[in-house]
Amino acid sequence: MRRMMLSGSLALTALAVVALCSLSWAQMTEADENQRLGMESHIGKLTGHAAAAQGDYRRFCVGCHGVLGDGEGENAQWIDPKPRNFTLGIFKCRSTTTGTLPLDSDLYDTIGRGLDSSNMPSWNPLSSQQRADLVAYVKHFSARWVTEKPGEPIKIPPKPEITAERIKAGQAVFQKVECWKCHGQTGSGNGPSAATLTDDQNRPIQPYNFHDNNRFKCGTTDEDLYRIFMTGLDGTPMPSWSDNIKPDEAWDLVFYLRSLQPMKSREKEIARQVGLKPGAPSATPAPAPQQ
Amino acid sequence: MTSARKRLAGGLLLASLFFFVFSASDAYGLPAFARKYGLRCSACHEAWPMLNYFGQKFKDNGYQLMNDRDAPIWQNNGYWPVTMRITPSWHRESTDKVAIDQTGGQQQITAHGFDVGGLDILSGGTLDKNISFLFVLSSDETALFHFESVNARLDNLFGSPWLNVKMGKFELDNIVSEKRGLTLTTNGGGFQLYHFIPVGDNNPFGQIGDNQFGLEWMGHSANDRTRISAALLGSTDGNVDLPGSNSYTGFFAGSQAFEAGKLGTQRVGFYAMVGQAPTNTLTSGGAPIAGGGFGNKAFSREGFAGIFYLGKLDFQVVTQHGSDNAYFATSSQVGGSTPLPDGARSAVWNGAFVETHYVYNPQLIFIQRSEWIRMSQQAIPGTPSNLGNIDNYVIGYRYMPFMNSRAGFAWHNEYSWIRQRGTAPDGTDLTSSSLLLGFDFDF
Repeated sequence: MRRMMLSGSLALTALAVVALCSLSWAQMTEADENQRLGMESHIGKLTGHAAAAQGDYRRFCVGCHGVLGDGEGENAQWIDPKPRNFTLGIFKCRSTTTGTLPLDSDLYDTIGRGLDSSNMPSWNPLSSQQRADLVAYVKHFSARWVTEKPGEPIKIPPKPEITAERIKAGQAVFQKVECWKCHGQTGSGNGPSAATLTDDQNRPIQPYNFHDNNRFKCGTTDEDLYRIFMTGLDGTPMPSWSDNIKPDEAWDLVFYLRSLQPMKSREKEIARQVGLKPGAPSATPAPAPQQ
Repeated sequence: MTSARKRLAGGLLLASLFFFVFSASDAYGLPAFARKYGLRCSACHEAWPMLNYFGQKFKDNGYQLMNDRDAPIWQNNGYWPVTMRITPSWHRESTDKVAIDQTGGQQQITAHGFDVGGLDILSGGTLDKNISFLFVLSSDETALFHFESVNARLDNLFGSPWLNVKMGKFELDNIVSEKRGLTLTTNGGGFQLYHFIPVGDNNPFGQIGDNQFGLEWMGHSANDRTRISAALLGSTDGNVDLPGSNSYTGFFAGSQAFEAGKLGTQRVGFYAMVGQAPTNTLTSGGAPIAGGGFGNKAFSREGFAGIFYLGKLDFQVVTQHGSDNAYFATSSQVGGSTPLPDGARSAVWNGAFVETHYVYNPQLIFIQRSEWIRMSQQAIPGTPSNLGNIDNYVIGYRYMPFMNSRAGFAWHNEYSWIRQRGTAPDGTDLTSSSLLLGFDFDF
C-alpha cells in the first residue's frame, strides 16, 4: 500500500514537472525575459537592441500584439485579420525557405512596409534604428530564436523578358499547380476551397484577389511575388511551391498574375493583344476539385 | 505646521510623485481615429494631442493608414467617428496691475475657482478612399459654439503623395502646431508668437495660431520626411462670412526630417505668411459692407522651426520675424478719419520659443516652454523700444492613468507666467500668472 502511494506520488510529481516544463516553454519566465531582452537584430550596418524597443513596442504595437506578443492585445478582438502571435515565431513574409525563421531584414521590411489589407500600417515614419530595435524585440518573444537560426534565403534568378508565350505558360502553371482551387479560375479569390480555408490558428482566411489590388502583403514588386511562391506564406494555407515548380515557371506565373491585376502593366497589355482571358487556357473546363 | 505634520505632508507628496512616475504603464489618445483602427492613441501622439511622426504621416495622408482599410466601407456600421473633449479644472489667475475705479487706480487682482474649459465636438475621417473630412465644433464656457475647423480634403491625387488638397477652415501647416499643444493655461495655453500684435496695432489678420479659411495644397514624401505646403487664405482671420475686402494671404511651409542614429528623427523647416488686409471699409448706415474694404496694406510673418529629439527629451524651436505696415501698426486708415501719423513706419519684431518635453513614457510627460518677443522697430519714433515686449514661461506635466483606444483621460497641472513691457495702466510692465489643476478627457 505504502509502495503504491509512493509510486503514485512520484508519478504525480513527474507529471507536475512535465506540466511545469511545458508551461515554462509556452510562457516566458522573468529570467527568460531578461535574457531575451539582450537579443539583437542585424540589418545591414544597423544593430537593433530588444531592450531599447520596450517603450516603442508599448507605444505602437501593444494594442494589437499584446503585452506578451501573443497577438491578444486589447484591440485584437475587433481586428480581422488577427494580429500576429510573435511567440510562435512563424511569419508570412520571409525570404527564407518555408518552416524556417525569417531574416532580421525580412521583419525589418515588414515593419516598414506594413501588411496590405490588414490593420498593420507602414511604420516607416519610425527611424531605422527604432525599427531595428523593434525587430529585436519581436524576436525576443519566441524561444525559436534562442534555439534556431534563420533559414537560408532563396535565390531569385534574374527576371526574364516578358513575352506572350511566358504569360500563356504562366496560365498553364496556374492550372497545373491548382492555384485556382483557392484563388479561383479567374484569380478573384473565389476558388472552390476559398470558403474552407483557415490559418494555423484555425481562423478563417481569404485567398488573395488579384483583380482587387496592386500590392501584396509581402511587397509590391515582381521579385516579391516570385518570393511568395517559393517561400510560401507560413501560418496560412499558401504553401511553398519551390519543390513543385521550376524558377522559369515561377516567373511565368508572375507574368500571368500581373496580367490580372488592375494597374497598367506590360503583362496586361500583352495579354490584351493576344486575347488571353483569365481562366483555364483550354475550352475544356478543369475538372471540379474533390471537396 | 508641526514637524510631524511636515514629515507626513512631505511623505505624501513623495508618495504621490512615486505613484505618478512608477505606476505609469499605458497611454491614451483621440478615440475617433483610435476606435477605427484599433490603435492606441499613443501610436499617433507623442502625448495627446501632440503628434509624433507616425501621427503626422497619418494626418498628411488624409487620416488614412494607407493599408487599403481606410474607406468607411471596411468599418462596422456602428462606428461613428465622433470625439468629445472637455476640461474641468480649478485655476488661479493673477494680474499684478489692474485698473480699478477705487482709490489707487490700479492693484493686483487674483481670481481662483472651479471652471470648465468649454467643449470640443470633433468628427473626422474618410468619406471614401483618399477623400476625407474634419470638423471641430468648439464652445466657450457658456456653451456658445463656433466652427473651429471644417474642411474636406482630397488626398494622393493621381496616386501621388505630393498632391493633397483641402478647402475650408483648417489649421495652418505650422511645423510646430499650437492646436496640438500640450499646455492649457490662460497665459500659457497658446504660443504668444503665433498671435503677437504690437501695442497699438489693429491688424485684423496675421495670427498664424488661428485656424483660417482657405485652400491648401500639401505634398510629402512616402515616409513623410519631406513636407511642403502652400495655402491661399481669405483675410478674415478665420471668421465666417465673406471678408470685408477681397484680399488674400499666402502661407507657405516646408520641412525636412533626418535621422540622427539613436537620438531619433530630427526635423528642420521654415514658414512664411505674407498677405494683405484692408485698413478701411465702406459702410451703409454705419455698418461695414462685405467686400467694401479698401486701402489694403501688407503684413508678414516668417521664421524657422525645428523639432529635435534627444531620446526621451525633445525640443521644439520656432523663430519669427514679423512686420506690419505702418497703417496697421498705428491703427490708421487709408482715406479715413485717422490718417497716418507723421514719421510712422512699419512695426517690426523678432521672437522665438523653445518648448521642451520629457516623455517619461506615453502616459507621463513633463513640459516647459520659454518664449520671448522683442520689438526691433516701433511704428512711431520715440516710442520706448521695449514697449510690448513679451516674456512667457510655462511649466507643467500631464499624467494619463490608463490607455486604450476608446477614451482618454489626463490629470493636467500647469503654471505659466507672462510679462509684457509697458502695458500696465500706469505704463509700467504688466505681469500675469496662471495655475491650472484639471482633468482633460475625451471619449
